[in-house]
Amino acid sequence: MAWVNAIIQGILTGGLYALFACGLSLMFGVMKVVNLAHGDLAVIGGYVAIGIITVTHLPVLWSIVVVVPLMAALGYVLQRTLIQASLDRSVLTTLIVTFGLSVVIENGLLQFFTANSRAIGTGNAIITSSFSLGSQIQIAYLLVVIFATAVIVLLGLQYFLSRSKYGRLIRAVADDKEAAQMCGADYRHVFGIAAAIAFGTVALAGIAYGMYSQLAPTTGTDTILLFAFAAVVIGGLGSLWGTLLGGVVLGVAQQIGAQINISYEVLAGYLVFLAVLVVRPEGLTARRARS
Amino acid sequence: MSVVTETTARSEEKFRVTRSRRNVAWTGGGALIVVVVLALFPYLVGAGVWTIMVQAFIVLTLASMWNLLAGYAGLVSVGQQAFVGLGAYFVLIIATDGLSPFAGLPLAAIGCGLAAVPLWWLLARLRTGYFAIATWVLATAILLIIERFPSIGGGTGEPMPGLSGFTPTLLTAYTYWIGLAVTVVALAAIYLLLRGRLGLVLTAIRDDETAARSSGARVGLARMLVFVVAAIGCGAAGGVLAISELQVQPTAVFTVQWTAEMAFATIIGGLGTIEGPILGTAVFILLQQTLQSYNAWYLISLGLVAIVVALFARRGLWGLIDEHLHVRLFPVGYWLWDPGSTGRRGVLGFGRRQGGQHS
Repeated sequence: MAWVNAIIQGILTGGLYALFACGLSLMFGVMKVVNLAHGDLAVIGGYVAIGIITVTHLPVLWSIVVVVPLMAALGYVLQRTLIQASLDRSVLTTLIVTFGLSVVIENGLLQFFTANSRAIGTGNAIITSSFSLGSQIQIAYLLVVIFATAVIVLLGLQYFLSRSKYGRLIRAVADDKEAAQMCGADYRHVFGIAAAIAFGTVALAGIAYGMYSQLAPTTGTDTILLFAFAAVVIGGLGSLWGTLLGGVVLGVAQQIGAQINISYEVLAGYLVFLAVLVVRPEGLTARRARS
Repeated sequence: MSVVTETTARSEEKFRVTRSRRNVAWTGGGALIVVVVLALFPYLVGAGVWTIMVQAFIVLTLASMWNLLAGYAGLVSVGQQAFVGLGAYFVLIIATDGLSPFAGLPLAAIGCGLAAVPLWWLLARLRTGYFAIATWVLATAILLIIERFPSIGGGTGEPMPGLSGFTPTLLTAYTYWIGLAVTVVALAAIYLLLRGRLGLVLTAIRDDETAARSSGARVGLARMLVFVVAAIGCGAAGGVLAISELQVQPTAVFTVQWTAEMAFATIIGGLGTIEGPILGTAVFILLQQTLQSYNAWYLISLGLVAIVVALFARRGLWGLIDEHLHVRLFPVGYWLWDPGSTGRRGVLGFGRRQGGQHS
């Protein structure tokens, strides 16, 4: 029964990891940017939410309504300035600039908000409680809500990319930005929109993790960025549903590892990641279409 | 370089190819004098300076290795702390077995090189950003595995054995000399590698990978060689770190801060030149010493300077110097003297076109 519990908990945390990963995946898919500051930006989102909740005593839901558009705006601005400028130079510059951004954000948070961990208080008894399945399995409502959010975000992204006007533009620009530019689409603006969406999901990820666990300045890299990356690689590049599958596989691996010995939790996830890298480097969902 | 002499001979009337635009015969002698003076430092200046210099040696060795990876082979690794940590732990393990840590250092460095081969096999398929994060994941995984062994200190670390026989002054001096030795060997090795066949292959890859491949350049092998050499260098620096700190603490040797420091020092000094990391390390130590009482500020300012340099002065501080003075202390490229022009435009190899990938 303990193993069944581990698997169920793993699947549910997989939703959280998919939420971590979809922004990273989107930015790579559209502008070929691997944003090394991805996790630190999520932590910023979480910290802003904590600030809003502490000052205004609004419930978490309202802080999300404020933080997500705020981060989306930041995403658009960062993409149009810093990230676009580095993209115009070289792939190497993009990596250096986002890595620099990551170090600056992490140490800035450390400097101004200390190394202490902070949790986002949900202030809602139902969210923090859990329900029982059988006698040994306890499922937290919060994890179910986060999983559902991840599925809704992925469905929304899928619908947006395949049906809406901007979604078509994004796909066109991702395929061939020069050709899209010749047809009248300003690819820089479209990149900005894609970054705004990605940053919106990043803010959600930060807030979700802050409610599920605790946020500290180092959470951005050692948890959010690395787990997001592991989920993307396990699931397969460029596939939104692969990201969810990758997140679930990572979550289950971690929970099974924790079941063996609590200190194996994170390591077990990385070992599965490495195994996928060896056995199926194109990811679980990708079709074998390599030269 | 027989090919070069041939080319030079054949086109003597028209063109001339040299390693550098200026005569750099004095560089070798100058480098020797600098090394001798540095070796005599413990007799000349106070112990406080030695400690700072040991730090400079560690950062310079790391930065030179990162420069080899990113500047010459296009491999941006964010996980080089894996080898800093492994080097430190290998020295610790050897010293626990009774050998002197100083004697264990070369063995530890070679151990890191051996460890790099299977790790490269995992990473070889990944490019650019994915390579970067995957190295980071690997470094974290190695840390998590090492923390599982209580015999080498588990999660808290171990003091370095075999150092209690020295007086503090003598120990600091020995640490200084081993740090200097590691740095000199590292720089000399990189210089010789880049002057030789590997340098040519890397230039070919940088200019056009497909063309290099079809001309028979063994692209994968060249990249692996660079990764292994960088692992040996970072491992040696990690060993020096462990000796100078008198202990090995897992989270301190495996922190991504090492990669941040080596990357930023390289970028500020000048990516893709051997001189760049030297200049960058000087800037780094200056910033660190000035801001050391302000906690995390030196890393914040270092990161900001690196971002600005990466965007607006892509060849770094050394690039600015080279642009105006055409000075190469470590010439690994070629200068083509074209009698028809002023000789300003034509440089082959790692000359003027550098500081990033050319797509």
